[in-house]
Amino acid sequence: MADLSINLAGIKSPNPFWLASAPPTNTGYQVQRAFEAGWGGAVWKTLGDPIINTSSRFAAVHFNGQRVAGFNNIELITDRPLEVNLKEIYETKKRFPNHAVIASLMVEPTQKAWHEIVKRVEAIGVDGLELNFGCPHGMAERGMGAASGQQPDLVLAQTSWVKEVATTPVIVKLTPNITDITVVARHAVKGGADAISMINTINSLAGVDIHSWNTIPHVGGQGAHGGYCGPAVKPIALSMVAECARDLNVGVPISGIGGISTWQDVVEFMLMGATGIQVCTAVMHHGFRIVEEMIDGLNNYLDEKGLASVTELIGKSVSRYSNWGDLDLNYKVVARINEENCINCNKCHIACEDASHQCIDMLTNAEGKAILQVREEDCVGCNLCSIVCPADGAIDMVPLESGLAPMTWNERQKVISTLNGSYSEAEVV
Amino acid sequence: MGHDAPLTTFTPDMFMRNFAEAEPGLTRKGAIDESNRCLYCYDAPCIKACPTSINIPSFIKRIATDNLKGSAHTIMDSNPVGASCARVCPTEELCEGACVLNDTSETIKIGLLQRYATDWAIQARVQLFTAGESNGKKVAIVGGGPAGLSAARELARKGFSVVIYEAKPLAGGLDTHGIVSFRLPQSVSLWEVDQVEKLGVEIRTGVKVGVDVSVEELKSGYDAIVLAAGMGYVPPIGIEGERLSGVYDAIQLVESTKSGVPTLELMGQRVAVIGAGNTAIDGATCSVRLGASNVKMVYRRTREEMTAYDFEYEFAKQEGVEFSWLTLPKRIVGDELGNVTGLECVQMKLTGELGKDGRLVPMPIEGSEFIMPVDAVVVAIGQKRRTDLIDAFGLRHEWGVVEIDETTYRTSDPQIYAAGDIVFGSGKGEAMVVSAAQQGKDAAYAIIQQFLPQQTSVIGSVV
Repeated sequence: MADLSINLAGIKSPNPFWLASAPPTNTGYQVQRAFEAGWGGAVWKTLGDPIINTSSRFAAVHFNGQRVAGFNNIELITDRPLEVNLKEIYETKKRFPNHAVIASLMVEPTQKAWHEIVKRVEAIGVDGLELNFGCPHGMAERGMGAASGQQPDLVLAQTSWVKEVATTPVIVKLTPNITDITVVARHAVKGGADAISMINTINSLAGVDIHSWNTIPHVGGQGAHGGYCGPAVKPIALSMVAECARDLNVGVPISGIGGISTWQDVVEFMLMGATGIQVCTAVMHHGFRIVEEMIDGLNNYLDEKGLASVTELIGKSVSRYSNWGDLDLNYKVVARINEENCINCNKCHIACEDASHQCIDMLTNAEGKAILQVREEDCVGCNLCSIVCPADGAIDMVPLESGLAPMTWNERQKVISTLNGSYSEAEVV
Repeated sequence: MGHDAPLTTFTPDMFMRNFAEAEPGLTRKGAIDESNRCLYCYDAPCIKACPTSINIPSFIKRIATDNLKGSAHTIMDSNPVGASCARVCPTEELCEGACVLNDTSETIKIGLLQRYATDWAIQARVQLFTAGESNGKKVAIVGGGPAGLSAARELARKGFSVVIYEAKPLAGGLDTHGIVSFRLPQSVSLWEVDQVEKLGVEIRTGVKVGVDVSVEELKSGYDAIVLAAGMGYVPPIGIEGERLSGVYDAIQLVESTKSGVPTLELMGQRVAVIGAGNTAIDGATCSVRLGASNVKMVYRRTREEMTAYDFEYEFAKQEGVEFSWLTLPKRIVGDELGNVTGLECVQMKLTGELGKDGRLVPMPIEGSEFIMPVDAVVVAIGQKRRTDLIDAFGLRHEWGVVEIDETTYRTSDPQIYAAGDIVFGSGKGEAMVVSAAQQGKDAAYAIIQQFLPQQTSVIGSVV
């Protein structure tokens, strides 16, 4: 069995599975239950001046009969006094000395406020700090959370105030509600961040009730934007992790967050540069026990791949992620339909016909059986047919030898520029 | 009497319990989950497998997207008796049999989903269709069963003035009278009748054509006539003892249970059912639910040759029906009071020779005669043809099967069309409600084409 332990910027954890700062880490009772279930670490629900929460806080997006494809919340940071939280953190850490307990913090953006809370929290004994610059609602309206996380200079300043007094590793949690997350990441690093975590939730309105015309959720008939998370946001989170991971000016460990609900998601985030991951929505949906399936799946995967440590995954796919302008324009794949696995639902045909390049024909073979066939010369290799195909192994995307040397857009532009004397590199991200 | 008197009598309570619909419908969650499994195939094989070409992926997607009115509309638009068909169609031989998920995971439960959507429409009391603007043409329809109702519905939507002549007190035909209530409650069929009536179709019940109204009156009073009178009761089996007390026609037996507690008494009795088709199964399961202590189906061939659908056979077995294969009834035995006491049978064997119908020919085994002690015999060996009625209309027919043009359903009399069981010939598989519905539609479309040729381009393109 592989070694699952990680060390994220000096924070040691028996496995990469941390609970994100969120409702599941509200109390010592919950965090201890989580550790019993197998979670390796927990980022305590954000500490700060206790707030008043609304009643009716969560909403979810269900898709085609599946519950919780996405999740939306308007809950704020802790609503309990700091002393209570600190006492429970102390008790938890005492009971689980080898687990990672990280305190998420959010205060008004002043040096004094940050110094005060860092000192108080570290005095009780935590393994690290996570600065919440991401909460998109409620706190942002008070100049905290995403409001400060969207201003790179404020991120830099606050991080450095924290670093002035902090003795434990400092993780800066980034908001995705920004044009280029690497800008903020770089400022956090400039401020001295030991690690970054991402993503916090994405501004969202879960829905509108088409019968009452109220927002979903609503508080007595009134709604406000919330933060979106859950499986639906995973691709957004993954791309932001990847962008930071490949940015040499960021260069600090990443704690990956965003829609992780299976062991495969964990592997993907780690391959894309995360040193560890954080989970919330999957626990909101299924309870702490979901970590058992994640740990088991990850263990079996690592064994199957012959990897002795989960850390061997970290960043292995980062170099395979670059700019569009660096993709080989001469690489060619085409769809090929395997008749023996095809169930003749014709989904590939209609998708190609209406939404791609009209190259899948519905034919009848010599035995009179209906078949689907790709006209390879017209296939652009878009993958759409294989995406909509519900039958295992019915459509393969097959690489074709184009007979041409690899040529990226940027290389092509370079060649053209030698012909007409001007050249600009495409930076399409 | 050859049996002990029943310990209990058949009570209205037992009737309610035994004759309530057996298979539960889908729950809302069940329907949502199941409908979301549907792949929404393009050019879907299930549509092609449905004789009425219901756009199945569409009605299922409408269930998944909480548009039950739209779903019910899609179903009923293609099949005016779609609520009944949701229950009685041999779906595993039609839509579900064609589902692409058959070999991949599990077939979509199309029949149950269709029932879910149509049940909603029944409960919501929605009016799904409207009559067309009157075109001044009048059509008489003889028979208010699936074919007649379907023809009437399509004609009414195109503005024809339609009168259905129905011999029985209630319309709906087999769906109303001939299918056991625990599979198809009468209320479902009557809702379909009501839907047609709401389009302004007049249904004159209790009127026998040729008796209460003459063929001449119809011919002179209407621009076109659709003959959709179905088939009759079970013909005589031609063995001794057929008139004994305790011998029942399977169709009449079922019919007697359709609108309330039947007067006939099978409680505690031993029942032999002669035949092995779907009506025989209905007669057998009906007997079980009427309290019979033992029900045996007596068939001169084997399981392989029986014409009942697999799901019917399985249902009968679950109900505790026993099967006496290779058993030919020779004579019904009675006592001095004229009551059935037994069924004399002879054992059969398959000769290995194929008959004209492609099935192995059974032969009696000499000296194997025996008497099966029974108190009642239910006969289900087919249905009588409506030869008298067909002759009254002066139509060409073959052994009571009206001759028609295969595409227009027009008979030898150009004013008269025919659809449903009355044109159903032997060797054409099972007569299905869904096929009758399509024939009724087709006959209607032919009439529309005859009288409103400018509108025919619309027909068939309307989904």
